[in-house]
Amino acid sequence: MRQFIIRRLLISIIVLLGVSMMLYALVRSMPSDYVTLATATNPKVTPEMKEELRKIYGLDKSIPEGYVNWLGSAVKGEFGVSLKFNRPVTQIISEYAPITFTVAFIALVLELLIAIPLGILAARKQYTKTDYIITTLVFIGISMPTFFFAALLKKWFGPAGLNWFPAYGLLQARVIYNGFSFAKLLDYAQHLVLPISMWVVTGVGSMLRYTRTNMLEVLNADYIRTARAKGVSEHNVVYSHGFRNTLITLVTLLGSSLPGLFSGAAITEGLFALEGLGNIALTASHQADVPYLMGFNMLLAVLTIIGYLISDILYAAVDPRVRLS
Amino acid sequence: MKNMQSNETLALEVRDLKKYFPIKKGVTQHTVGHVRAVDGVSFSIPHGKTFGLVGESGCGKTTIGRTILRLIDPTEGSAIIDGVDVFKLKKKQLRKIRPKFQMIFQDPFSSLDPRMSVGAIIGEAVREHNIVPRSEHNAYILKVMKQCGLRSFQVDRYPHEFSGGQRQRICIARALALNPQLIIADEPVSALDVSIQAQVINLMKDLQEELGISYLFISHDLSVVEYISDYVGVMYLGSLVEMGSKKALFKEPLHPYTRALLSAVPVPNPEVKMNRIILEGDVPSPANPPSGCKFHTRCRQCMEVCKNFEPKENWVSEDHYVKCHLYDANIAETADAALDTKSE
Repeated sequence: MRQFIIRRLLISIIVLLGVSMMLYALVRSMPSDYVTLATATNPKVTPEMKEELRKIYGLDKSIPEGYVNWLGSAVKGEFGVSLKFNRPVTQIISEYAPITFTVAFIALVLELLIAIPLGILAARKQYTKTDYIITTLVFIGISMPTFFFAALLKKWFGPAGLNWFPAYGLLQARVIYNGFSFAKLLDYAQHLVLPISMWVVTGVGSMLRYTRTNMLEVLNADYIRTARAKGVSEHNVVYSHGFRNTLITLVTLLGSSLPGLFSGAAITEGLFALEGLGNIALTASHQADVPYLMGFNMLLAVLTIIGYLISDILYAAVDPRVRLS
Repeated sequence: MKNMQSNETLALEVRDLKKYFPIKKGVTQHTVGHVRAVDGVSFSIPHGKTFGLVGESGCGKTTIGRTILRLIDPTEGSAIIDGVDVFKLKKKQLRKIRPKFQMIFQDPFSSLDPRMSVGAIIGEAVREHNIVPRSEHNAYILKVMKQCGLRSFQVDRYPHEFSGGQRQRICIARALALNPQLIIADEPVSALDVSIQAQVINLMKDLQEELGISYLFISHDLSVVEYISDYVGVMYLGSLVEMGSKKALFKEPLHPYTRALLSAVPVPNPEVKMNRIILEGDVPSPANPPSGCKFHTRCRQCMEVCKNFEPKENWVSEDHYVKCHLYDANIAETADAALDTKSE
């Protein structure tokens, strides 16, 4: 087990090197760089001035040279200063990560709470009305465009409709909170109801279908027939034989959703004007902000690797056939 | 067998079992016909005896086993165990009497939950049905494992750590732990190596002698059936065509189909010249079985009467019947009677 983790971590270093190389090359290969984009609206800027700026930002160097420089400081934990936001990359990420993570985590928990029981129910009642109703509803969720659904939510529940929830932002603009208070938390909660519900409705479908498919596969397995024939109660057939075996596959899904907890959802955040990592990353890529994009994407790469490592470890915990060695 | 023994001496009595699977077609999935997987089968198994059910693949043997276990619901008929018709039971009542009739499936690799240890597999239903007091539970499992030739340290192992033969032993131990009076064994050894087959069959025989269990032994392997069975039924296309005590049936097979089957059994002697009866053609579709005797399309001794009239049971001795017109002494009368009923 320990050897397995150490070996995986060593392999991860190589993977991260490869990822960072590709990322850097891709980000630098954008059609226009930060200087061009930032000065595009200013006719007074001369080509000489632009060259000067490129030198300052380190964009004059070739891709390999630039990469080596980036890597040199990244190894020391320095991810540089964002060109667009003019603040250290790590500072931006640590400031906005909590809110992004909170929203995504609540949404993920809700998705699981809805997807797993309903997925099991749909599988147990395959091809009945219950199954059709559940699968149709989640299919609507999967196929609905986010921007359209967001508009509907805002129209129905926002100030223009029932006025239950605010349509934008994280906190009321006209209220000043001193420190932490219950009222502030409530304000946050009110603002987050709509974005989280949208997240859940559009995301729950794939997880539910995944649960349903895997559950169906397990429920049709021979050992389920054995369990039924030996007179095990239906509840135990479904849960201790059926669901426990489905869990093995669900665990993998959970591991891989770890980076998603931090990457945010650029579109959802944009639609509800939430300052989150997804939205910031979108702005940064519009501006070819090399340091921020590198820092943010490397964070996601690390999280992905950790996520898969965790799911491999969990896999061994839930499936006796898997031994980590 | 002919003189129906009273219910008390029978472990299982199956009467006129039918299972038709609907064939659904089209957008609306309406039923356009039925596959007659099992078409009116009756037999009984006395306590402590083994009934072997043979036939080629697709003849409905497995369906019979699964229907008796109520893993699939029957279309018609009854299956009486301990004076109770299991086909009439509601799910809850059925679950209560399940320990009385257990099963062993063909594939010992997929029929055990991969995530459960051997002890849990054997013990699960024992606990749910309160077979033994809670305090004796673990000792009981070890006892059953020992009976089936498994070692006590294997109790915490998982199915994937065992070989096929050992896994089948687990399956047997699992069934045995519930103290069944009847075990339905659906091709229990056909997935195993020949050397292992003998071990498992012998284990089943020993357990029968020791505990007086009855077996419904479903197999396509005639040598295995001959070895373990007391009575044998031969199935063709959903019906029993011949049934009798093992001795009578193997000594003097009557039905042309039984003869063809028996002629195909390999003899472990290269000097013996095999005289195989090769059946021509394929098994007809059970969705659209031939008229008259279902076997007439492939029978070498087919007569005109076979094409139109279904043969009745002809009892040739106390414990041996065959459904074939060749053995109908009053064949002309049968045909006339059948004609009469048809014209009416």
